[in-house]
Amino acid sequence: MENVPPFLVPLWTWLQGFQAPEALRWMNWTIPTALFFIAIGVMLLVMTLLELVWPTQERKGFWPMPTTRGDRLFIGLLGAAFLHLGWLGITDLPLWWASILALGWFTVEMRYG
Amino acid sequence: MNKTWNNAAWLLVVPVFLLVAFSAIIPLMTVVNYAFLDIFGPGETYWVGTDWFRQVLASDDFQGALVRQLIFSGMVLLIEIPLGITVALAMPAKGWTASLALVLMALPLLIPWNVVGTIWQIYGRGDIGLMGWFVTRVLGLDYNYTADPLAAWITVLVMDVWHWTPLVVLLCYAGLRAIPDAFYQAAAIDGASKWKVFRYIQLPKLRGVLLIAVLLRFMDSFMIYTEPFVVTGGGPGNATTFLSQQLVKQALGQFDLGPAAAYSLVYFLIILLFSFVFYTAMSRIGQAE
Repeated sequence: MENVPPFLVPLWTWLQGFQAPEALRWMNWTIPTALFFIAIGVMLLVMTLLELVWPTQERKGFWPMPTTRGDRLFIGLLGAAFLHLGWLGITDLPLWWASILALGWFTVEMRYG
Repeated sequence: MNKTWNNAAWLLVVPVFLLVAFSAIIPLMTVVNYAFLDIFGPGETYWVGTDWFRQVLASDDFQGALVRQLIFSGMVLLIEIPLGITVALAMPAKGWTASLALVLMALPLLIPWNVVGTIWQIYGRGDIGLMGWFVTRVLGLDYNYTADPLAAWITVLVMDVWHWTPLVVLLCYAGLRAIPDAFYQAAAIDGASKWKVFRYIQLPKLRGVLLIAVLLRFMDSFMIYTEPFVVTGGGPGNATTFLSQQLVKQALGQFDLGPAAAYSLVYFLIILLFSFVFYTAMSRIGQAE
């Protein structure tokens, strides 16, 4: 609970009512990990649809190499993962501060990367 | 430029996708779930949040193994890639000697990992091993891989070089044979030196196979388990305990599934980062040329 931002606590409590389907129970699903994978799935879906509607073009951002939209998504997510790990490794402060930082990084990467 | 796009071809990817889903994606998702739970038994799990990650990142065991692993993989790449290229350049191009060289090169690759470990465990022993006996009795060096960390390191490293340089050699050899003769003829007309031929013809043409070689050798050496496990058992102390060995000890030895899952996710992210950087850097060099 200590990692849930205060304003999300009601939503969190509501989500606790859900259970994984019987066939998937061996995977030990939890609400946060399920949300995480749903978010990844939605991202892949959105990226696919965007690609169909508006094909990506390589462009040069602040990285030395030109990147496509998918590259930037990957770098953004990888960077966010390492930001969270670094946060856990270095400080004892709540993790969702790192999430805010990661969101900022992700936006910068998608826009200027 | 009128390419026909046949989207039905995507269906051919389905079997691979299913295979990868069951062999990699679903297990990985399960590991992610485990990483946030304290697991006492089937159905007996307790949410612990990010505790395991904090514990793993702060542990001396993990940090020590990570540093050893990075040094090991770095040395593997620094030795095996140049050595592989050199051997491939020195190998005969045709005739029976070429076939013989290829077979000899491929031999270490055919030996299972645990057997490689056993071979070197005996080979390095001072009393009955050929290399160990030679180094201690003939050269008179103080070499004992079970007691001396440096000796253990050198043994594991030399073993990996012996086992896996042939892979780099075979890849480079194939790459070299694929260079059309016209390039060498043009170089001869220009009076290019051997070094110039290597630097401006052979090396750029090897980029594709070297990319594969670097990625494979990095990932494989970063996951090394069996050989040090058999030869040194991770010792002396934990001088040759690398990441995967510690992970197995935690997951299957102590059945600490939660911390082990967090450990493997950190491990996975590090491999992902390095592979991405290598891949991007090396394909970018290709575009520049």
